[in-house]
Amino acid sequence: MPDVTIEIDGKAVSVPEGATILAACRAAGIDTPTLCYLENLTPVNVCRVCVVELEGSRTLVPSCSRQAESGMKVKTDSARVRTSRTMVLEFLASSVDVSLADDLQRQMRRYGAQPGRYGPPAPPPKADQRDASVAGHHDPPSGDAAHTVAQPVKRDNELYVRDYTKCILCYKCVEACGSDAQNTFAIAVAGRGFDARISTEHAVPLPDSACVYCGNCIGVCPTGALMFVTEHDRRAQGTWDPSRQNKGETICPYCGVGCNLEVSTQDGEIVKVMSPLESGVTNGHLCIKGRFGWQFVGKRR
Amino acid sequence: MAVGGDQARAQRHRLLPALHGLSDRIGWISPGALNYVCERLRVPPADAYGVASFYALFSTTPRAPQILHVCDDIACRLAGAEELCAQLEQKLGPPHEPLPQQQSACWTRSPCLGMCDRAPAALFIAADPGGSPRGEPLGEVDRPRLEQALLSEDRPPAQPARATVAGTQRTLLRRIGKIDPESIGDYRKAGGFTALRRAIEIGPAGIIHEVDVAKLTGRGGAAFPTARKWEAVAREPARPHYLICNADESEPGTFKDRVIMEEDPFAVIEAMTIAAIAGGCERGYLYVRGEYPLASSRLQKAIDEARAAGMLGDGICGSPLRFDIEMRRGAGAYICGEETALFNSIEGLRGEPRNKPPFPVRKGLFGKPTIVNNVETLANVIEIVAKGGEAFASVGTPGSTGTKLFCLCGHIARPGLYEVPLGTMLAELLALAGGVRGGKRLQAVLLGGAAGSFLTPAEIGVPLSFEGARAIGATLGSGVVMVLDETADLGGILVRIAAFFRDESCGQCVPCRVGTVRQEELLHRLRRGRPLGSATQERDLLAQIGQVMRDASICGLGQTASSAIESALSKFEVFNRA
Repeated sequence: MPDVTIEIDGKAVSVPEGATILAACRAAGIDTPTLCYLENLTPVNVCRVCVVELEGSRTLVPSCSRQAESGMKVKTDSARVRTSRTMVLEFLASSVDVSLADDLQRQMRRYGAQPGRYGPPAPPPKADQRDASVAGHHDPPSGDAAHTVAQPVKRDNELYVRDYTKCILCYKCVEACGSDAQNTFAIAVAGRGFDARISTEHAVPLPDSACVYCGNCIGVCPTGALMFVTEHDRRAQGTWDPSRQNKGETICPYCGVGCNLEVSTQDGEIVKVMSPLESGVTNGHLCIKGRFGWQFVGKRR
Repeated sequence: MAVGGDQARAQRHRLLPALHGLSDRIGWISPGALNYVCERLRVPPADAYGVASFYALFSTTPRAPQILHVCDDIACRLAGAEELCAQLEQKLGPPHEPLPQQQSACWTRSPCLGMCDRAPAALFIAADPGGSPRGEPLGEVDRPRLEQALLSEDRPPAQPARATVAGTQRTLLRRIGKIDPESIGDYRKAGGFTALRRAIEIGPAGIIHEVDVAKLTGRGGAAFPTARKWEAVAREPARPHYLICNADESEPGTFKDRVIMEEDPFAVIEAMTIAAIAGGCERGYLYVRGEYPLASSRLQKAIDEARAAGMLGDGICGSPLRFDIEMRRGAGAYICGEETALFNSIEGLRGEPRNKPPFPVRKGLFGKPTIVNNVETLANVIEIVAKGGEAFASVGTPGSTGTKLFCLCGHIARPGLYEVPLGTMLAELLALAGGVRGGKRLQAVLLGGAAGSFLTPAEIGVPLSFEGARAIGATLGSGVVMVLDETADLGGILVRIAAFFRDESCGQCVPCRVGTVRQEELLHRLRRGRPLGSATQERDLLAQIGQVMRDASICGLGQTASSAIESALSKFEVFNRA
């Protein structure tokens, strides 16, 4: 394929035709934050943290989905870009629990984000209140505290928990559950505006939904909102310790597909199973057996 | 026989009409009913729930079948809507809950209902298991009248009130109030369909040429040259081409398209047909906002009559051309007036805007080349084709040709819909409508709606043209001219505008989803005199919130969500008064 050349921060960068501005930035070694972007999913360009300034464009453009076109002039570190990125990070950190989102935290330090300047977090609402919110209506705020998405953890099955207090609404889980990987469509975005949320139909528990427990949503979640029960419980007990964990790569023995597995063990127990994004077999996705079917290991007598 | 694959997936675009069907019959979207719809249309239930819960007119929890939507938006607020809602709450209990007096009814607050000329306004909707729901717009309401609407059983439906229309030139409004809107014969007698005949004669290139000479630009707010849009679609090799009439008028303070649709529905159909011929479109959608029951029923009748008279369908007007129109009702979402959100809404998806490029002229509805025009823009086309582009361009200013509809509301002596040549001075328009009501002093004018900006009394010399507004950093927007007299609580209006954008943000992108919340919180702090840090720090923060929304939001909603608020704070001492 022919190359196109664009100018990024004054330097010429060549990428194959059809590549995005983000790909060009990465080829040029420019650290560009992303949250909703993932190599194995269709770009939804909703988080807007990857925006760059494109000459001739009235607004900033999302680098993750904008194709590089010959002659484009792009700035990745202008005052406008820095302001927008900082504000997006602050908006998220002031409304969502981002304590487990390592990359987001790193970018916050880089941009000097101060989520505290919107006021202290508002007290969490009653259980199920977010699921019951009505589109187009909300109670007027006092302004003294910053509204958040805080809500109780959803634990309705034995395999994984959904802690939507940590959800930045990046749409990745919806994409992985839908046509980008699993084609199960058990979850979608429901509601509107700040009350938009990931939900099953009528917010039914997962066992009553179409969920097949492939766990591909966990694999793509950037903030730890979706988590193996094994990890969630260990974290709650204070016994989750990555320094004591071993990661082993293997091939799933269940069927003939031969999915690559990355198995994390701690204290002789399998605590988490992922698949590398770059695996040509899985693209990072697994099924219920490869993801969760390991309880028998170690219980053999 | 069960359908599968592509054929089954193609049913998704029926989702919104199906949800309307449920809501029209039982007043809410029950789990069982939603599952049935999902099975029939082959839509995943989680997806359908995501769509149902997106729209404000639908309820996904049990709700009384009769509901009264009481507008508490800015124009009605100036007419005492806040006090009215407080009275209702006292007498009828909290919003959404069944009334203690009558379990089958409830009330709720609503954003602008497009009846600002008769503020305060309300909309009564009664579901009917037989499938004939009643939708009744109520203007100039007070508590006793609303209670009567909710509580009395047999009550003759109110006669729809006719809008006040006036102005210095009646082109778009020439038939309003003079013909029976339900009679195709009346429309013909008043010169209807002559433009369509001429359009068929001169063909697509001829139509586009006239519109180009007329220098017609979009009246929905963006002022994009109409001929360029049409030509771009006409050139696209991909088929089919679609034409959409955007009648999802929801900008607070706006009611111009409603008046045209209610009083001159055949004009909308004729204009759509001409645009369709120009763009080579065989299929048209007319997307009317859900809060306009009278407009949608009259348009549906007009479509049916026009089809029966051979003006729609195969061989329109005796020519070999084919074009037909399907009406779609919105369901309470301002964002669906954004063209790409409108596509998604028609396709049965959530009304979330798409990233551009690609632009609608290349990839629009169902991924095909699509023309989207606002009702008022299309209405101009009839005149252009009938009288020629040059005659049209002789009205207005060189940069802004033709006439424009302005929605005068708020503290004005004679609220109503006014048509004047573009370039008319705002002060003249205000004088035409009798000036500030009750001889009070003018405080401010909101020009262009919630996404527009506030003007000071010193600025009312501005010529109402696209370039004239731009020169003072304003926009004509959707033609809102909302007058605030010296007694108006500007701070309260700003807080309501902030709440509006927080409610209407689709929630897709972070700058708008969280920015509209932070903006509203900050305004409440300023209003209550309890800033975090100093007031200057708060102003800086507000400016930064505005900047990220303007720079990084996906669509125009987020990009303009701070414009009216920022304009008011820069020009008026809003929160510093005792």
